[in-house]
Amino acid sequence: MSLLFVQLLSGLANAMFLFLIASGLSLIFGVTRIVNFAHGSFYMLAAYFTYSLSAMLPLGPVAFYAAALVAAFLVAGLGGLVEVLLLRRVYRAPELYQLLLTFALVLVVADAVRFVWGADNKTGPAAPGLAGSVPIAGQLFPSYDLAVIVFGPLVALGLWLVFHRTRWGILIRAATQDREMVAALGVDQRRLFTGVFVLGSFLAGLGGALQVPRLALTTVMDTTVIVEAFVVVVIGGMGSVWGALLASLVIGVLNAYGVLVLPKASIVLMFIVMAVVLIIRPWGLLGRPEVLLRAAGGAVAGERRAPWHPAWLAAVGLVLLALPLLLPTFWVWMAIEIFAFALFAASLHLLMGTGGMVSFGHAAYFGLGAYGAALLLQLAGWPMPLAFLAGPVVAAAAAAVFGYFSVRLTSIYFAMLTLAFAQIVFAVVHQWDEVTGGDNGVLSVWPPPWLKSPVRYYYWALVFAGTGVVLLRLVAASPFGLALRAVRDHARRAEAVGINIRALQWTAFVVAGFFAGLAGAIFVFLKGSVFPVYTEAPMSVQPLVMVLLGGVGAPSGPLIGAAAYKLLDTVITRYTDYWQVGLGGILIALVLAFPRGIAGVLDWRRS
Amino acid sequence: MLRLEGVEAAYGLSRVLHGVTIEAREGEVVSLLGRNGAGKSTTLKAIVGLVEVTGGSISLGGRDITALPTHEISQLGIGWVPEDRRIFSDLTVEENLLVGAKGGTRWGASRVYEYFPKLGQLAGRRGGSLSGGEQQMLTVARTLMGNPRILLLDEPSEGLAPVVVQALGHQIAALKREGLTILLSEQNLKFAARLADRAYIIEKGEIRWEGAMARLLEDEAARRAFLTV
Repeated sequence: MSLLFVQLLSGLANAMFLFLIASGLSLIFGVTRIVNFAHGSFYMLAAYFTYSLSAMLPLGPVAFYAAALVAAFLVAGLGGLVEVLLLRRVYRAPELYQLLLTFALVLVVADAVRFVWGADNKTGPAAPGLAGSVPIAGQLFPSYDLAVIVFGPLVALGLWLVFHRTRWGILIRAATQDREMVAALGVDQRRLFTGVFVLGSFLAGLGGALQVPRLALTTVMDTTVIVEAFVVVVIGGMGSVWGALLASLVIGVLNAYGVLVLPKASIVLMFIVMAVVLIIRPWGLLGRPEVLLRAAGGAVAGERRAPWHPAWLAAVGLVLLALPLLLPTFWVWMAIEIFAFALFAASLHLLMGTGGMVSFGHAAYFGLGAYGAALLLQLAGWPMPLAFLAGPVVAAAAAAVFGYFSVRLTSIYFAMLTLAFAQIVFAVVHQWDEVTGGDNGVLSVWPPPWLKSPVRYYYWALVFAGTGVVLLRLVAASPFGLALRAVRDHARRAEAVGINIRALQWTAFVVAGFFAGLAGAIFVFLKGSVFPVYTEAPMSVQPLVMVLLGGVGAPSGPLIGAAAYKLLDTVITRYTDYWQVGLGGILIALVLAFPRGIAGVLDWRRS
Repeated sequence: MLRLEGVEAAYGLSRVLHGVTIEAREGEVVSLLGRNGAGKSTTLKAIVGLVEVTGGSISLGGRDITALPTHEISQLGIGWVPEDRRIFSDLTVEENLLVGAKGGTRWGASRVYEYFPKLGQLAGRRGGSLSGGEQQMLTVARTLMGNPRILLLDEPSEGLAPVVVQALGHQIAALKREGLTILLSEQNLKFAARLADRAYIIEKGEIRWEGAMARLLEDEAARRAFLTV
């Protein structure tokens, strides 16, 4: 009994942190409609600032508290700066480019933190005066956590007062609902947006700063927290601060008890909750339905119709055929990897480019294709070609199940549900040691001797990836693909014409899953092993970036994007450990200067 | 006071307005009549900068406002009352009014409540819980809070019960007596006829008829051609 009570308290303390971070994220989304991936980066920065400042400030016992406050304000200022300098330029751009921009910031901040503070974990100071524990119900409970449980509701109360007792707060609530109307009543949105970013970043900063006495600082705390915060925001309802509070409590307490009952399932627990909530209440607990006619991801500017000139195709084909005979082995491996990722990105392009459905969990199908092939080869003893072909079938089967639920949602909710399913897949392969080997992965997954030489596997990969890409293009250009685009551009009209939206999108989801699985199968026999990270969120982000890098509107975008991304990755990694800054910088420049991607630039040069 | 000169506008690739020229003079109530989809709402949205103007110009008191952002157009004194009302449903009546307030002197919350006594009784209620007629009152009141020089009313009578429409007509007439300039978009000729001095008829994004309201009431051919369904 006492254990249960103490678990409840510790769950509440965690819930308060979730609330601080998620409320800021929700607030920013509600008013600006920006899904700010960099929110977790602000959180991390504030934690590191607090760590350094509390050592520097000559204030004795209050140094930590002063440092935490200063850090939160610094981060708030930084948030304002980012809004004014970067985000302000992309409010009118398609949502995807906004995502890409904030994602680029994540990369830049992550490397900046590694550069300044180093990659090793840091342990911050204890909070003076709250360092000990107090006995509660026969157990020792940290006093600091108890203080957090008191502090959290105070912040919530403060926010409530701002939102209901100040004109600024009322304007924010009004803008969350209808920002166009607010502008028509004479309110300058730009100032409102900057203010919201400052407040949201301040809350993230406060959350990060106050974590310092509880957690070791790591360079991955940004991505860990942003995923959790998104889950909370989505469960609560995007844009609803009180939804974020409710969802924080649910997740915090559920996690605390979940650890007791199902220690192994703790990572997936919140994703399962999110999936259930989204299936039952697609707009979150306290959210409200979006009144957008257009799918958010569908706002694609300047779409071109397959201008693959036959001469071009023949030339590219000849070069690809000759390549392995001319290149050193390292670059042959590299080329195979690019093929796999080009197919992976092309399969995502069918969803997000043609279908306007942005998936954050496409890695699940890539990973399942890889795991499916690897396990059928190793455990079931299937011959390699058969296992290779069965991989994508496994992926398509999973896509059929997950897609069935996902296509019921749109825009960011679709993205989050796909992410939830990917995290569930990750948790399963990660925890199911007996079959998947858990963290150790599946090793020695090699092609048979007749296929093992790099050059031979190159041609094998070229045939399958090439066929896959061409088939995907044919699908996109078929009546089926046209109907997908019609749904993307105007779902209601498409429905009125008699298109069965869900069946159509579900089919597209399964097709995309199949080809992602084929990409995974190509990849696994290249690397000879498969690990749980293949199914994790960063792996889902890669094809997303490739598609955007190449240009969403262009059919060749995913191919160019995959090649550019992999080459950049390799080249930059050669010269510096800080490749993320390079990639992030390039992405930012790309979004601001060439919002139509590399293919868009080529197109523009030509015309 | 407000003048549109050959205004063209488009939603993405589909062009909606093809050179609309209309004018509202100081203290006048001008009605913009036309069928559903003729371009009435788009004209008003173009004035407040919510639809991209691709040609022509819009000026207020001689000053060109074509390219200004929406909030600046509003601050210059153009008060837009949208067709679908767009009440902030989560906010109370009082808070809705506060969003519209710009700190001018003519209209304040107490004056608005005097004008719309019903709103005073509902001050603490959520906007979303109001009836259609009450919401229509609120959306007009909210815009008045910004002390507009000219009011753009987009089909205010739409979807309201006849008795509510009548009350609304009295309230708009009272605003007119105060000397407020009003551009009234309507499908309901009877409603517009009681209020407007002059009228324009818009059809497929072009002005097809203009003149005094009294003349329109006599011109059955024009009414039949452009207004009746």
